[in-house]
Formats: sequence, C-alpha cells, structure tokens
Amino acid sequence: MTLTRRGFIKLSGATLASSSLSAMGFGGCGVALAQSVRLYKLAAAKETRNTCTYCSVACGILIYTTGDDAKNSHGNIMHIEGDPDHPVNRGTLCPKGSALLDVVHSPGRLQVPKYRAPGTDEFKEVSWDFALDRIARLMKDDRDAHFIAKNEQGGTVNRWLTTGMLAASASSNETALLTWKVARAFGMLVFDNQARV
Amino acid sequence: MTNTWQDIKNANVVLVMGGNAAEAHPCGFKWVIEAKIHNGAKLIVVDPRFTRTASVADFYAPIRPGTDIAFLSGVIRYLLEKDQVQHEYVRAYTNASLIVKEGFSFKDGLFSGYNAETHSYDKTDWQYELDEQGFAKIDDTWENPRCVINLMRQHVDRYTPEMVSRICGTPIDKYLTICNLIAGTSLPDKAMTSLFALGWTQHSVGSQNIRTMAMVQLLLGNIGVSGGGMNALRGHSNIQGLTDVGLLSNQIPGYLTLPKDQEQTFDDYMKTRQFKPLRPNQMSYWQNYRKFFVSFQKTMFGDAATAENNWAYDLLPKLNVPMYDIIKAFEMMVHGEINGYICQGFNPLQAFPEKNKIRRGLSKLKYLVVMDPLDTETSRFWENVGPLNPSDPAKIETEVFQLPTTCFAEEDGTLVNSARWLQWHWKAAEPPAKAKSDIWIMAGIFHRMRELYRKEGGAFPDPILKLTWNYTDPVEPSADELAKEMNGRARADLKDASGAIAVKAGQQLDSFAQLRDDGTTESGCWIFTGSYTEKGNMMARRDTHDPRDQGITPDWAWSWPANRRILYNRASADVAGNPWNPAKPIIQWDGSRWVGIDVPDYGPTIKPSDGVGPFIMNAEGTGRFFALDQMVDGPFPEHYEPMESPVENLLHPKVQNNPAARVFADDRADFGTPEQFPYVGTTYRLTEHFHFWTKHALINAILQPQEFIEIGEVLANEKGIANNGWVRVSSKRGHMICKAYVTKRIKPMTVAGKPTHVIGVPLHWGFTGLAKKGYGANILTPSVGDANTQTPEFKAFLVNIEPSNGPEGEV
Repeated sequence: MTLTRRGFIKLSGATLASSSLSAMGFGGCGVALAQSVRLYKLAAAKETRNTCTYCSVACGILIYTTGDDAKNSHGNIMHIEGDPDHPVNRGTLCPKGSALLDVVHSPGRLQVPKYRAPGTDEFKEVSWDFALDRIARLMKDDRDAHFIAKNEQGGTVNRWLTTGMLAASASSNETALLTWKVARAFGMLVFDNQARV
Repeated sequence: MTNTWQDIKNANVVLVMGGNAAEAHPCGFKWVIEAKIHNGAKLIVVDPRFTRTASVADFYAPIRPGTDIAFLSGVIRYLLEKDQVQHEYVRAYTNASLIVKEGFSFKDGLFSGYNAETHSYDKTDWQYELDEQGFAKIDDTWENPRCVINLMRQHVDRYTPEMVSRICGTPIDKYLTICNLIAGTSLPDKAMTSLFALGWTQHSVGSQNIRTMAMVQLLLGNIGVSGGGMNALRGHSNIQGLTDVGLLSNQIPGYLTLPKDQEQTFDDYMKTRQFKPLRPNQMSYWQNYRKFFVSFQKTMFGDAATAENNWAYDLLPKLNVPMYDIIKAFEMMVHGEINGYICQGFNPLQAFPEKNKIRRGLSKLKYLVVMDPLDTETSRFWENVGPLNPSDPAKIETEVFQLPTTCFAEEDGTLVNSARWLQWHWKAAEPPAKAKSDIWIMAGIFHRMRELYRKEGGAFPDPILKLTWNYTDPVEPSADELAKEMNGRARADLKDASGAIAVKAGQQLDSFAQLRDDGTTESGCWIFTGSYTEKGNMMARRDTHDPRDQGITPDWAWSWPANRRILYNRASADVAGNPWNPAKPIIQWDGSRWVGIDVPDYGPTIKPSDGVGPFIMNAEGTGRFFALDQMVDGPFPEHYEPMESPVENLLHPKVQNNPAARVFADDRADFGTPEQFPYVGTTYRLTEHFHFWTKHALINAILQPQEFIEIGEVLANEKGIANNGWVRVSSKRGHMICKAYVTKRIKPMTVAGKPTHVIGVPLHWGFTGLAKKGYGANILTPSVGDANTQTPEFKAFLVNIEPSNGPEGEV
C-alpha cells in the first residue's frame, strides 16, 4: 500500500506560490516563473509504510521513493523517517534507524551472485542459474549420500544431518514459513536462527 | 514480552536488569521515561556497568556478570522473610500450595536424579504428589513441608544479604534498598515491570536467570497486570517471528515440537503431548495440540496427509538429540561431520563464540551458501586478512556462493515485534542490480531439487515431492498468500454445535478455536490464526485508538495469540473477577462474561466460581514457582558460576558450574583459569550500531568507527593503560588488539573479599564494511551455551589485558 499523503503539498504549494506572487504584482509572468520552480522532492515522492529492520521495538517508518512505478522506471529510495502515527515510536528513530538510508544504499550491498571455487582467492560473478543449479546439485548429492532413513535400532527417522541452515532474523514471517517448509521437506535438523545472539 | 511497549508507562517500578534498554532499544525506552514522568515510577538498574539506562535511573547497583540468580534468589528470600508478597494472588494463581513428590530433593548444589556421567538429570521425581484421579495434591494451609512454597523458602534460605553481596559484589546497603523498592509492588494495585534482554539469556544459566525473575513477579502478583510482566526486549526485527514460526532445530511453527527417535508412531508422539489437566476444571489449553499438529500437516502435505498415514507423520524428520543448535553444528563441522551450510542473513563468523573454531569449521565445508543483502565476513571466511582473519585460501576447498538478497525496504510481509504484534510492511523499491528475495531463492533451490528427484530419484523423495506448493506464482510466492497459509483455512464446510455451517470450505479461519484434528482444517502456524481472515489482512490495520489511553491499541496491526495484547490478563483481576488495580483494569467479570479493553486470556464466559486458573497453558492452571520437569537444570533456579569464573562457587565449591550444561570436550579444553586470565569479560552493543550490519552504513561507521574495549580507571592505572591507548585483550581462545576507553562507569567490585574487575567488549567490528577493520568480540568468547537453550555464554568469561604498541606489533 502506498499513499500520496504529500500529494496535497504539491497542489497547495503551487497554488500558494502563484497566488502570493500575483499579490506581489508579478501578474502573468509571475505565474510562469512559479510554474518553472522545481517541486519539493518529497512532494513528488511515493510514500511507503514499513518497519525498521533493526531491533524489535519495530518502529514504524515512512520510506520515500522517487519515480512513479511506471514500467521501466526504477524508483530510488531517497528518504526514510519515523512514522508519527505509530503508537510505539511516535515518529522517533534511534541512531541506527535514523541512518537506515545508508544501509539501503551501502556500498556493501551485494549486487550480483558470486562464486568462489575451491582453493581460489577470489569471488567471480556468476548467473543465478549457475548458482542455483550448482547448489541444488551439491545439496542433492550430499542428501542422497548421507540421508538417514533408519536409525541403528531400525526405527524410521528420515533425517539429513550433513547439510545445515541458519535462518535470517530480519526476514519476514512469510519468508520464514517458506524456508521452514523447504528445509524440513529435505529432512534438515541442523537448523537454527539468531534467537540466541 | 507479556505486555506491550506502551504498557511500560503503567509501571510503578521498572527493573532493568539483564539489558540496557536506553542504548539497545531507545525508542521503546521512551515508555520508561513516560512511566517516570507521568506515573511517578522508580527506575532501578542492576548492571556490571553504569550504563546509559543507569544514567537516568532512580537507583543503580553494580553486579558481577553471571550472578543474577543469586541476587534474585535473595530478593525472593527477602520478600518471604518480610512477608511482602501478594497473598491472594500467590494462593490462587500460583502452585505455592501444591505438594511435591517425596523423591525430590536438593543437596550441595545438585537436585535429585543427577547422573555425573551424562551431565543430566533423571527428572522422574520433579513432580507433584498425585491423587487417585491424577490431580496434584494440595494443602491450602501451607502446613505440609512439601508444599512448593515451603520447599522454595527452604531453597532460597541460603541467599542471605551477606551471601548475595559476597557472590555478586553488590554492596549490602544498595542491595537492600533495591529489595525494599521491589517489595513495594506487592500491594495489589502496584506493579513492577521487568525489562531484560541478552544480558540474562547469554549465560550457561540463562533460562534460569529469567525464571528467577518470573518467580519474583509471581510472588508480587505482577504477571498479567497493567504495568507488570516479564518483558524480553528482543534484539532483531523478526527474531520473535522466526521463533514463532519454529525456525529452530526441534520446533514446528507455533511452539509444537518435532518427534524424537523413540516416538516411532504418531500415537507415541501424542502420548507425551496429552497435557491432561493436573487440577480439576483446568483449561490446560495444550490439550488441543493434536488439532494444531494435524492442521499443520495439512498445510505441509495437503491431500498427502491422511488419517490412514497418521497425517504424514513419517514425512517429518526425527531427532536423536535434544537439538542441533549452532554450537553443536560447529562442533560437528570441525569434526568433518557437516558438508554443506546455508547462511540466510546470518553471519556466524562474527556472531558465534570462539571465532577461530567457527573459521576452522567453515574451512572444512564442501559448500557454503550465503544469502544476504550485505557483504558478510562469513561469506569471505576463506580470505586472508592477516591477523583479523588468517586463512590460507589455497588450502580451503569450500565452494562458496554469495547470493545478493533484498532488504526490508524491498519486500512486503510481516515482522513480529517484541510485544508479539504482527505488523505488515510494504515494498518501497526494487532491490539493487540482480538481488532477489529470500523467497525467490528458497523457491529456486526447492524447485531444482524437486526436479532432480523427479528425474533421478534418490533418498526418500516423498516429503519433497508431496510438499504443498499451491501458489499463484510458484517461482516467487507472494507474502499475502504465505500469510494466508499461516492463518489457515477450512478444507471442508465446518459446522457448529447446532449443525449450521460456521465456515465454508475454502474460507480463511477466524480463530484457532476452529481448528480440527480430522483433516478438515489447515493452518501453517496456529498461533497466527486470526491474522488474515475473510475480513482481510488484520496485520495491516492502522487504527491508533487506545481505550483509556492504557497502551493497548487493540486495532493497530494484530497480536498473537487471538489479538491478545497482555498475556495472562485473567490474573489482572482477583478471584471474584474484580480488578486488583481499579484505576487500570484490563478485563473484569460483569456477571455474565469477561469484559474490558483486551481480549481475555481465558474462556470469555467462564464464571469466577468455576475455579479455572489464569495460566491456561499450564496443566495445573497456575504460575509455577516449582517448574516440574520443564527445565533441564532444576525445578528451582540455583546459582552456578559461569564456565569461566574468577571465584569458586561459595555455596557449593564441588559443584562450580551448571551441572546440566552441555560442554564439548574440545571446548572445555579451551576454558581459561583466573590465574592466567584474571578479569571478567562481558560483551554488549552500542546504541550507534546494530551487530555487524551498521558498519556498512556510512553514518554509523563514522559515529563509532573503531573497535575498542572499556576498562575502569583503577585497573587501567594498575596496568599502565592510557585512555585511547592500544591494548591487547586475550582469552584462552584468542586475542584482539584494539583501543582502550578508560571509564568511570566500570568500577571494581568486591567479590568473596577480593577486588574483581570487569572489562567491557562492544561487539560490532569485523573485516568488511566502512568502519575501521577489527576482530570482533567473539575472538574471545567461550563456546558453551545455556543448558536449556544453548544460548552462548557471551556475558561472563575470563580475559587478560595489557598495554600494546598497536597493530604494528602484531605479526
């Protein structure tokens, strides 16, 4: 859901500018001048409600993105602030939340899938298909070789212990459910999250 | 949290112990200030350091890391001795009056049933005496010496103020002042809230730290009431959700558990999950376990889960150990027992203890898959970064995949906050370059695996081939569809008692009370049922109205379970159903039903005279001073020293540490002694940083650019360490060279008659990101966890410190 709460600023701002300019006696040329003045960036931005990605106070945030979501346009997040309507943080953010924009646009953001081959000392860019095909191959070979269907007493146990997984702490519940389904369908038990750290 | 963030403002006393909320949760901490200003609340801080939270406290006392159980057991002793407890609450709502089985005992640091070889207990006798009907025996007069209250009194008797002070290093006068402030909330209309975080969990006795406080709160009648509760301030934006959805070794979504090897049949499995009431008339809500489980299996396997195949019971893996947690995983890894590892938004090379062991483990993998928005150290564990990461890439045979993912701003979905609110968020932009969502990646791996199994066959393909995947876009299922899947729906028309159709087949369910164990319902996470109904996405609600301005906001987002905001809220009213605190009632009995500002945590029409206890998930309906067999290390908490401690256990020198802790032999060999490492180390966060993420954010990297430790003036002078000078901090496991911050905020404590120094180790640096490169606190920390949860003991360990010439001196 995106709202253009600030859309009215665009309207009222333009009206105000032209009427006050008229009042000052600039007449027709003043209106033309006012129309050539650049709009406020936030007035033209798309506003999206989101939640801070750090601690579990879960402060409400408003994200401002340039662009109009048209096909072939790539919106750019340009500003993030606290959501003043949120009942817990009431618009405030801490030193981490205030700097969310810097983590969204960090030079440390990964851009492309990369692969490091055994014994080498560099990452090389690969395609998604290469990465996922190779991962699936490695996982299947490992699962087929080490899957434990029965324990020593002959009981059915159906577990896979030689590949493990750590799940993300900032991913959504929806990601979590899908991850659970996939990991357990494989029979994984070496499976944990960041609840402990 | 049992309560909400805003509800903190209703407290009369706020105890921050085991956390530093002002620094780690600043925007939630505002509600503490609100309580101080508008409710006259007293803020008490107990912490090894004079923290930012302490700086606004009404009263601060120091405590040696790892001694909280001694401190709080002393508080219990004080409350019982002064008789400052909420009597009616304790009698009616706790298990104080129930009688414990004869065989249970405690002597010289050990509970009955200990096996020294396996480091575990036979818990058979950690039970109540039962009558012929299987109900717990009770003595309301408390004359029976085996009453829980009497055994507890006896257990805490050793924790005199003098003993507490000798163990904890807290001066007696300060300790007694705090006892007195806490005791004031035993009045029925007064409440204390407990705010804690990893300062309590990251110990080998972590779970029992929290239990001891919960016992204090039960004695004071502070659970279930406005301004009270046990409030765990969780650290990550959705670690509550990840826990709720069961992404832990032994869990199924909604706090169900995976089967064990000995539970070979579904009947065996259900035998230990009956939750038969232990007192007459009790709800014992887990009696519905079978409905939750069957509905979950229908979500997982759809038509392939049938009554005939025991709801696809055998398609789930079974556990042969309590759990394969991370400490265990890396133990297996260093021994070559794990070949592949997937790190989804998780950076264990920085986040888990004994960094050198973590690196050794990763180096033995055949393949490592890292999914992350950021360039993590874990994905580069094979790089040689000198002393900061001394790997030799030529010798490391691991195939590593570094997969770029979306971040919070680039996806829809819900996160669960500390107060159990599921709040929906919306995507604001596309991710950079070729980054993809975790959902897309997990689906991509799944589809490729499924295809390989279809083509090639292989080991037990059944659960992979039968897993439900009925999404509109199978390549990247939408957050809405997955959220609906967790909520659950009817698979057939559901009829009510009168035979009328209550829910039509295919419709979303409104409540987990609608779940059935006959396969006609499905729900991916029963505690979330009600979050996405036929009325729509309840988690996206944004109505801020707040009845009586009491911090409930019932129509903002959605709270599990059942949109209930304050857990155990039946206990906010007395036995007759009248609020203990008439100024801040939550629910009360109006003669025919429970009414109020929150959803009752109780049957809505159960009469007070029916004697149904308020703790409806417990089989006896009460809160527990005596925890039965629910904890691995004892039904009562006991003080055990941290695995690395500067002193011997004053209570029982022969049982120094938690006897039920799981310690691997190679990890034990890496524990240091106080002779070599005389100072107590403790790790923590700074307000400018979030773990190892924000060093990638420019402003945060500028605010706190460089790795440092904090050291008190006395020790710094003794060791010739200057403020802003270089130091070498070492443990048995490794060392770091970093800057010293000499501070007045850490002072030596007198423990067992000797001065004890604490060294603070903030944890935020590593070898990737925009800040200056550093080692990370986990180069120092020991690989051992809480006996119950395996949460690593980051908060109390031994180190040495000496001045250094800086990184140049490092070879």
